[in-house]
Amino acid sequence: MDVLLASLVDGLLIGFVYGLAAMGLTLIFGVMDVVNLSHGALIALGMFGVYLLFTGLGLNPYLGLLIVLVLGIILGMILYAIAIHPLLDGPHLSTLLSTFAVSMIIIGVGTMLFTSTPRNIDINLGSMVLGPVRLQGTRVVAALVAILVATGLYIFMYRTHVGKSIRAVANNRDAAELVGIPSVRILAFSFGLGTMLAMVSGGLIATLFPFSILSGGTYELKSFVICVLGGLGNPTGALLGGLILGLIEGLIPVFMPVGWTPVIEFTLFVLIILIRPSGILGAR
Amino acid sequence: MKGMRLFVTVLFILALIVTGCSKATPTPAPQPTKAEAAPAQQQAPEAKAKTLVLGFTASQTGKYAKESKEQTQGIQLWLKDLEKKGGLKLSDGTVVNFKVKYYDDESTKERVQQLYTKLITEDGADLLISPYSSGLTAAAAVIAEQYGKIMITTGAASDSIYKQGYKRVYQIYTPASRYLTGAVDALKAWDPNAKKVAVVYEKSKFATGVAKAVKAYAEKQGLEVVLFEGYEAGTTDFNPFINKIEAAKPDAIIGGGHFQDGSTFAKQLYEKKTPVKMVAILVAPAVPEFAELGDAAVGVIGPSQWESIAKYSPESAKAAGLTWCGPTIEEFVSGYKEAYGYEPGYHAAGGYAAGLVLERAIKMADSTDPDAITKALDAMDVMIFFGHIKFDTGEAHGLQIGHDMVYLQWQKKDGKVVREIVWPEAAKTADAIYPLER
Amino acid sequence: MMRYVRDPALWLTTLVVLVAGVWPLITRSATTREDMFLILMFVTLASSLNIVLGYTGYVNFGHIVFFGLGGYIGFYLIAEKGWHVIPAALAASLGVVLFAAILGGIILRLRGAYFALATIGVNEAVRSFIVNWDAVGGAVGMEMNFSRYQDYGGPMNALWFAYILLLIVTLASVLLSYFVRTSKFGLGLLAIREDEDAALVLGIPAPKAKTIAFALSAIFPAIVGTLFFFKNGNIEPGDAFRLHMSVEGIVMIMLGGYGTVMGPVVGAATYERLRGFLLTSPLFKNLQLAFAGVLLLLIIIFVPSGVVGWLRNRFPKVRRILA
Repeated sequence: MDVLLASLVDGLLIGFVYGLAAMGLTLIFGVMDVVNLSHGALIALGMFGVYLLFTGLGLNPYLGLLIVLVLGIILGMILYAIAIHPLLDGPHLSTLLSTFAVSMIIIGVGTMLFTSTPRNIDINLGSMVLGPVRLQGTRVVAALVAILVATGLYIFMYRTHVGKSIRAVANNRDAAELVGIPSVRILAFSFGLGTMLAMVSGGLIATLFPFSILSGGTYELKSFVICVLGGLGNPTGALLGGLILGLIEGLIPVFMPVGWTPVIEFTLFVLIILIRPSGILGAR
Repeated sequence: MKGMRLFVTVLFILALIVTGCSKATPTPAPQPTKAEAAPAQQQAPEAKAKTLVLGFTASQTGKYAKESKEQTQGIQLWLKDLEKKGGLKLSDGTVVNFKVKYYDDESTKERVQQLYTKLITEDGADLLISPYSSGLTAAAAVIAEQYGKIMITTGAASDSIYKQGYKRVYQIYTPASRYLTGAVDALKAWDPNAKKVAVVYEKSKFATGVAKAVKAYAEKQGLEVVLFEGYEAGTTDFNPFINKIEAAKPDAIIGGGHFQDGSTFAKQLYEKKTPVKMVAILVAPAVPEFAELGDAAVGVIGPSQWESIAKYSPESAKAAGLTWCGPTIEEFVSGYKEAYGYEPGYHAAGGYAAGLVLERAIKMADSTDPDAITKALDAMDVMIFFGHIKFDTGEAHGLQIGHDMVYLQWQKKDGKVVREIVWPEAAKTADAIYPLER
Repeated sequence: MMRYVRDPALWLTTLVVLVAGVWPLITRSATTREDMFLILMFVTLASSLNIVLGYTGYVNFGHIVFFGLGGYIGFYLIAEKGWHVIPAALAASLGVVLFAAILGGIILRLRGAYFALATIGVNEAVRSFIVNWDAVGGAVGMEMNFSRYQDYGGPMNALWFAYILLLIVTLASVLLSYFVRTSKFGLGLLAIREDEDAALVLGIPAPKAKTIAFALSAIFPAIVGTLFFFKNGNIEPGDAFRLHMSVEGIVMIMLGGYGTVMGPVVGAATYERLRGFLLTSPLFKNLQLAFAGVLLLLIIIFVPSGVVGWLRNRFPKVRRILA
């Protein structure tokens, strides 16, 4: 019983961080129908952003996240101009490959600069004991930051003019253009937001686990699973999907050998795409 | 008719692309990345000089880049030392020198087989050293054996390679089956009351092999294995798994995999304050960067193929009734530091040892004939700075049966984390922290 | 029949593969053989993937699962059951085609990004399942006793033998690609690629046609898998189901020309050569991945139809001989 409770809490905490990572992927898909295969590389870039600010300038990792956030939006907009915009009207394959090319470039340059040696941000915020559960400080903070960013995004999307424009473009680009929304700028900014979410979540993950420039791949796969759980293109669903994935990862080891976790995760993933492609929330 | 001419032209162009102009540039793919040619020093005219080509692949890119670089540097240092001595002199006056040839295998098997074939058939390699890692070595061994070349493997601990019927593949490292068994011995020696162990390992070729052997050994020693489970390679979040381990209430946790998962596991065990008396994990604790974990590193035990503070010496060789050969540990360490600017780890030592074993075998054979060298390797039983070297000549031909692991533990001294050898008794530099204080 | 015999494109395709493939047999150079082995392997993988990706327009990231599964079935039969490599490869192919037909029937209902994502999921699910399945060695994989090569007249002959088999398989897969492309069935696939709903209206049985295409694309990767791991002497899940290799296959197709017969051949050969060159040139050595990325990006943006597609568009006359 104690194991169950501890795993439940652990799963939920990490689930928020996974969910945040997936939000970036799903936002981009929702707005411009692009599956961003550079997502994992961008997560890794976020990790190194926070790491370099921490080791180079001695900046607190959580403050470093703010800088990474701004850089993420700018980088995303540049990437949009280079790799997405010229191909937006082509077949699906073009943007899949162009984003994959971006991923190769980031990882290639990253490997040269940082090698593939694992890095580690050495922060320890202690831990607290709640009944049978021991909570690590860094995880609690990471979950809180993830919730904060997600809430901020939600308010932005529903309360601000730009946010509403993004939703309008996602719904129907031509119609949005007709009512005077500059759709290209909005698309670029959305890609920036998606990139920012990937990099910020990467920064958060870097405070929890050791990482290398190649680490993004794992989280990219997790993000795919989450997006499908929550419904592709649905940011709120992504957060929920993250929690579900966290729970699955937390609870499976209690009942069966831990090695089976990915088997179950990916089988579930394929089944859900087949049975409920709109995700378990069933939005849209 | 016009169509025909066009047809022929295009055919020609395409054939050119596909064969990649096979003739003009025989193999554009693998050019020697760095041919560390031994300066073919002009020997005195009366001495016969013979140059042997020594080939191997190094993982200059890809996931094994770091470890492989150390191994390559070890081999190069051995070569340099040999050159300083003016080569290897045989009794008939022949002076043997080596020319080293190596290529980048990108840490992938496809490249390894392609490049070893090239080394043997084009570069005329006489002797081979393995790439780093068990997986790549298994692929290289197939090629070496096909051409009947002698290959010394280093950086590869898997046992299974030596059960495939190879005749000329010899292992420097202590094999996986004996990698962590010492931790079980240590546990029994330090705490006769310890009864339960959890064996948890990364689902990779190497770690699974080690874990299976440890489980069998622990059970034979009368311990109860309360949990035996593998985790997916690339796992980063161990919390759920740790919860499960805690529920099994083991006295000791034994297992691990590679550096990244091992150090993550150690860190999270510390943060969770998991109540165990001993933690012994593979690979990670032996890597200097493990110290970056700070307090989380303290108390963690890891097996190591070799440590610069180990106590192999001509005297200990004499005590064990073995011949000593090659440099002492101090000579190797200072030579390496001088050449590369930092202390060598066991990957580098393994590289040097591979070269040294070859050198010794040729010396013993007193010939460069492959059959004679093979015989010498079969008969080899020496102590070098790396430890005792002796190969199995029975069913598992070539398996290392002489060399033993040492077990180190990270301890805190004057506010700094340092590594100490705590097992076996004969080699230890400090008392072990047991049980863990958390 | 005469239509095919007179078609220069068919002869050109066959000749190119044959001339390049026979080269190592003439020179008897083991090094060239090893280089060509990789190239032919990639040509087969890319050519067969092209049937689904190029003709039918479905982005399959899980193509490598056919290679891996085929490798596992074939290797198991050879190493554990003592089968000869030819029946083992055929059995592997049969098993994988069945797998593909069933899987295709299920997941080809999905379109666009959903299909692409599902194929990633399938590859990862199969890989992690194999990792946990101890009967085929689990994470450790399987190894083959060296004496097994004696059945083929020693290891040296075994490698040449595997190479000749691979050459035959490569020829067969390129021919299959050609015949699909020029058949009525292939035209149906192209119609699906352009507009699936319209194709349905025109009376093309899209679900059946897609499934058949999917199953056809699995035949040869399975055999190649068996041959590759037979030559390797061992098999591990990580080598058999490397997602990255699927993506490389797609890159090769894009490079050569999406939806053409010759494209994957040219693309695979060029990619493999280029990679070899980049890796060894001191200038790009450390940056080879980034450089390949930049190149890929430039191709997608400026030459989206690939080398062969570009030639066909630029010089309409070439179309007669370059399928």
